[in-house]
Amino acid sequence: MKVILRNPNRELEFRGPMSVVKLLRQLELHRESVLVISAGTLVPGDAILADDQEVEIRPVISGGAVAVGTEVVG
Amino acid sequence: MKCRVCGDGAVIDLRRHNANFCADHFVRYCRQQVERTIDQFEMLSPGERPLLAVSGGKDSLAMWDLLVELGYDTDGLYVGLGIGDYSDQAGHYARRFASDRGLRLVEVDLRQRYDYDIPTAAATTGRVPCSACGLSKRHLFDRAAVDGNYDALVTGHNLDDEAAVLYGNTLRWQVDYLQRQRPVLPAGRGFPRKVKPLVRLTERETAAYCVLRGIDYLVDECPMAAGNKHVAYKEALNGLEVQSPGSKTEFYFGFLARMADRLEDEPTNDSSDTSDTGARRDGPTPCGRCGSPCDGEICSFCRLVDRTAGAEPVPVHVLSTRAKATR
Ligand code: SF4
Ligand SMILES: [Zn+2]
Ligand SMILES: [Zn+2]
Repeated sequence: MKVILRNPNRELEFRGPMSVVKLLRQLELHRESVLVISAGTLVPGDAILADDQEVEIRPVISGGAVAVGTEVVG
Repeated sequence: MKCRVCGDGAVIDLRRHNANFCADHFVRYCRQQVERTIDQFEMLSPGERPLLAVSGGKDSLAMWDLLVELGYDTDGLYVGLGIGDYSDQAGHYARRFASDRGLRLVEVDLRQRYDYDIPTAAATTGRVPCSACGLSKRHLFDRAAVDGNYDALVTGHNLDDEAAVLYGNTLRWQVDYLQRQRPVLPAGRGFPRKVKPLVRLTERETAAYCVLRGIDYLVDECPMAAGNKHVAYKEALNGLEVQSPGSKTEFYFGFLARMADRLEDEPTNDSSDTSDTGARRDGPTPCGRCGSPCDGEICSFCRLVDRTAGAEPVPVHVLSTRAKATR
């Protein structure tokens, strides 16, 4: 399956079927820090991804910030 | 995985609530959380007109959608920061969101209006880009909210943002900043009321909300943010959250419930000029140049403009490389 990663944008190939949990573990990603998206909607953590499926792993942590000690505005 | 409400297939699991939701019930959950926050902290009353700071990212666009859904007639304000491609794209997402929904987006472009941009301001003043940027945005947002007679200025800060700032301020025992870390700051002395109705939602939830509502937002990060401390704090807190779901909520809402009031009367020994951050609100006088409230004669925004307007523009890559090196 094709896995699209963002920031920076890149693509990886994995052999399916594979569970979302296992894929994230292989990529060493926290579940709290990303969303898994396929066909325009969210893929739940217990889903099994098919070999021909295309998925996007989208980070959700934004870095907008000002120097520590002040308010975040980014 | 089944939706807690209707039993259909769930699309998201929220471990901190020990709950899974289908798309519809997740959207409803988000609305309820925001509604509850607005009521609990008396952020907005029905019929009030807020101005929302819009960046083109997930939080501000989710916030706009949620406010409109909850019946608030909300205008957006977008500040063109001049951070290369990033700003071009951010503006595009903000404009498209507004025009698709017939909403009003007010724009201020730093280069056009004040003859500077964030990379150039950072380079000419020696400030960290986020500091020059924060100062500029705070000034322009406050000013637009007051001048436009809006009832409140809304920002899209989420639970992760607030928990990370709380963590950073606690690590350094920045009592003066901790005193001001509230989801609502009342209007007064020339400042608008400032409210953060997203503080009960994590950023994973605001991003999920956008995906499920079909909101197209700028996923790419500002090049100035790479590797900063704020991101490191968020990651550290998410590490705790994985071990112990609900930690971020406990940390932030525990602070508000059990600590914030105690700090209220705590004296601080901070004597520095804090007009940048608005940290000190007693007795500001109008800036001699622009009339905004400030602690000296000329406010820090006007001083920034004085120093940087008309300077030779500095390209983004010079700054983003330097920012990484100095953090
Ligand atoms: S990351 Fe920093 S420079 Fe970039 S938009 Fe946010 S506050 Fe401004
Ligand atoms: Zn449901
Ligand atoms: Zn001024």
